[in-house]
Amino acid sequence: MTAMAAPMNPVRFAVGDRVVVVPLGKPGHVRTPDYILGRHGEIIQFCGYFLNPEELSIGRTGGPMVPLYRVKFSMRELWHEAQHHPQDTLSIEIYDHWLAPVTGTPP
Amino acid sequence: MNQPSAPREHAHDHAHDHAHDHAHDHDHDHDQGSPDHSHENDALVIEDDAGNLLAQQMVDALQTLLTGKGILSAGEVTMEIQNLESPGRHLGAKLVARAWADPAFKARLLANGKNAAAELKIKVGEAQLVVVENTPALHNVVVCTLCSCYPRSILGQPPSWYISKAYRARTVREPARVLEEFGLRLSTATAICVHDSTADMRFLVLPQRPAGTGGLTEDELSLLVTRDSMIGVAQASVPGAVLPGLL
Repeated sequence: MTAMAAPMNPVRFAVGDRVVVVPLGKPGHVRTPDYILGRHGEIIQFCGYFLNPEELSIGRTGGPMVPLYRVKFSMRELWHEAQHHPQDTLSIEIYDHWLAPVTGTPP
Repeated sequence: MNQPSAPREHAHDHAHDHAHDHAHDHDHDHDQGSPDHSHENDALVIEDDAGNLLAQQMVDALQTLLTGKGILSAGEVTMEIQNLESPGRHLGAKLVARAWADPAFKARLLANGKNAAAELKIKVGEAQLVVVENTPALHNVVVCTLCSCYPRSILGQPPSWYISKAYRARTVREPARVLEEFGLRLSTATAICVHDSTADMRFLVLPQRPAGTGGLTEDELSLLVTRDSMIGVAQASVPGAVLPGLL
């Protein structure tokens, strides 16, 4: 029950890393909205370790603790349409297991 | 008018709101009956043919029993309702006013909102408070597409529009149009950053300090800091609108 004793998954990403949101297709209490799935973004902050809400919501409180990041996306990348300003962005919190590394230069 | 696609909505949306707020607003303590539930949980409103609400009947029964046994007084219940609804926006406004008045504090607030708030004896109940600064070049706005995550410990309960599906769906899709409908027309030189509050962080916008406020005290400055300006759907008020006679 005690969160402090829970194992911790490794932090796989650093600020500045480019990532893609993996469409895991998980049912249940998922905190990753559909509109972000498959999109490419950049890690802007490591937020710390938290119990996975997908597990918490079904009573699994033993962990592991998962890293949480803030990830920034270009609004043009998200919606493929003109925005108020070309530099418009969206930042969102995403748990580690929803992210995969992206190599190469941004599109 | 555009009809943006809604973010993830599904049959268990309401249950998720609850599980989420429980998990994250209460340090993973799965208690029931938290103050985070005064939002649009239509599915949880159970009423009979006469319009009696089950939850209301239970509350009435409990209060009658507890006051009858001398465990609670009606006044204590009223005070607790105020405690649930407060602290209201003034704690957030205090943080913003201090940041405007004290650049060193502003730097600490932007680096770690929770620790900086603690300096002013303001307790942030959520895991972390991320403070994002508006500038002439960048405007920040906060939304929770999945439910109603909001920095309740410093702003109180969210306004009804914040938890409306329209605000949640549209703000991530067409923020400039949404802001215009709030009466905030941004310069084309100003980029927008939308913050979708999906998990354990909570977000507070640090609005730009209005011009002509150099002579104001921190308490006076705090009166310019509206709730909406800390969500990012408005600028801070100008002194003449709030403090007539002062300037």
